[in-house]
Amino acid sequence: MFALADVNSFYASCEQVFRPDLKGQPVVVASNNDGCVIARNKEAKALGIKMGEPWFKLREKGFTQKVHCFSSNYALYHSMSQRVMSVLEALAPRVEQYSIDEMFLDISGIDNCMSFEDFGRQLRTQVKTYTGLTIGVGAGPTKTLAKSAQWASKEWPQFGGVLALTTGNPIRTNKLLSLQPVEELWGVGRRLSKKLNSMGIVTALDLARTNAAFIRKNFSVVLERTVRELNGESCINLEEAPPTKQQIVVSRSFGSRITDYESMRQAISQYAQRAGEKLRQERQYTRHIGVFIKTSPFMEGEVYYANVASEKLMLPTRDTRDIIAASMKALDHIWIDGHRYAKAGIMLGDFFPTGVAQLNLFSDEQPRENSDALMKIIDNINTTGLGQIWFAGKGVDQAWRMKRDMLSPAFTTRWGDIPLARIR
Amino acid sequence: MSASFTLQLLADEPQKLSLPLYVERVSAGFPSPAQDYVESELDLHKYCVRHPAATFFLRASGNSMTSVGMNDGDLLVIDRAVTPEHGDTIVATAGGEFIVRQLQLRPRLALRSLIPPHQAMYIDTDELDIFGVVTHFIHSTRSK
Repeated sequence: MFALADVNSFYASCEQVFRPDLKGQPVVVASNNDGCVIARNKEAKALGIKMGEPWFKLREKGFTQKVHCFSSNYALYHSMSQRVMSVLEALAPRVEQYSIDEMFLDISGIDNCMSFEDFGRQLRTQVKTYTGLTIGVGAGPTKTLAKSAQWASKEWPQFGGVLALTTGNPIRTNKLLSLQPVEELWGVGRRLSKKLNSMGIVTALDLARTNAAFIRKNFSVVLERTVRELNGESCINLEEAPPTKQQIVVSRSFGSRITDYESMRQAISQYAQRAGEKLRQERQYTRHIGVFIKTSPFMEGEVYYANVASEKLMLPTRDTRDIIAASMKALDHIWIDGHRYAKAGIMLGDFFPTGVAQLNLFSDEQPRENSDALMKIIDNINTTGLGQIWFAGKGVDQAWRMKRDMLSPAFTTRWGDIPLARIR
Repeated sequence: MSASFTLQLLADEPQKLSLPLYVERVSAGFPSPAQDYVESELDLHKYCVRHPAATFFLRASGNSMTSVGMNDGDLLVIDRAVTPEHGDTIVATAGGEFIVRQLQLRPRLALRSLIPPHQAMYIDTDELDIFGVVTHFIHSTRSK
């Protein structure tokens, strides 16, 4: 038996926990560079604000009440997500963090002491008390059904945010699936559902009643798995430990366009440093370093340019200095003057877990001395939050830096930012 | 079995714990006599924080003439997991801001000011919005 716990309008709710003055007010959160709306609370939805709506358009619209907009504050969201996760971990035997605001729980056997829905309600109260955030809980014999239950618990308020589908009550499960459009299913996207619709498969129940072999032949094994899961056969297990990464990508859009080579070097250098940190967290060594740069494809009257280049190293490395050097080499291959670049990024691949790799007999390249110790010191300094240390290549005055004009304080992770309580 | 089971939090997240394993330099011939008596160092964080997932830090601001000794600028340790009881110092939401008050449940629900003469704000149960209980507050004796 699986349960899916999902935090209601997570980003917007995090912003509201520490701002009592925003209670009952519309709140939206904008994407990086304050581009589009990526999260809305209930009140903002009621005003008709859509997901993905550009913020600059929204700002000009006259709403009857003030809409509070925030830049995405990932330090805050991550901290709150960890709190929710640890509350759930204390109550359920096994928990998988599926995304920043969704967790799968293994709840097999819970029904020996209480009903699944009572348990769901208990999770809900506990998370609310501990963190101030509200979760919805869906339960089912498979992950796909748990996700469907969670969808329904949001769709119909009479469930009070908690719904369990059990094998003992197939009529209820079928009833729900007959009301769920196939595109709302876990793992079925819009494109897939179009093809399914054209074959007369419109609801989740239609898909559940389709022959699994037929689906495998016409679609894929992945969709076949969905069919089986809808029929109560569990095919997707709980993944407690995230799988080891095959690739690390760090990329950002710039706050303002980059036109000069020096700024681009700074940006790539910063991404290289971040990628190096991630690589060391994963305890990997890389041999393949790729860099891409691109202009905006939406600008009229500008030539679109995007290119990628990569460097292959002789020895696998996890040293930021090597990563920066290689990415600069790669950048030189693809840089063209005269474009207005909107985005760049760096990709690391070809990982080795322990740095064991065949050396080349004829190469005189040697691993750097004390590299691990130096990197460890740099990472330690940067994670304490007391200060920052970086390679000079990233520059000090970054005019191209991500725009986050409406950033809220890091209420839970920075001493200077903690909320005030008035003695009165 | 009855349906009135409640599940309790058994263990909160594991905490960082520093163990002084090597009290002194180990000389080859003579092991430290203290070696078998090593205890963990006292951890202030553990003392103040019982429920890490439910604990938030806030900064007190305003009048320093409180009867409980709380001053402007003190660090408040707020535990949302403990049930507020009569006489607890709490942080509540009122008028769109966080306020520090004393919770009075008897004879009538009220939020009492910490500043003499301890004026009471009488409220209805459904208006009560408690952010959490102030389990500790930390006062620095030296200004930064």
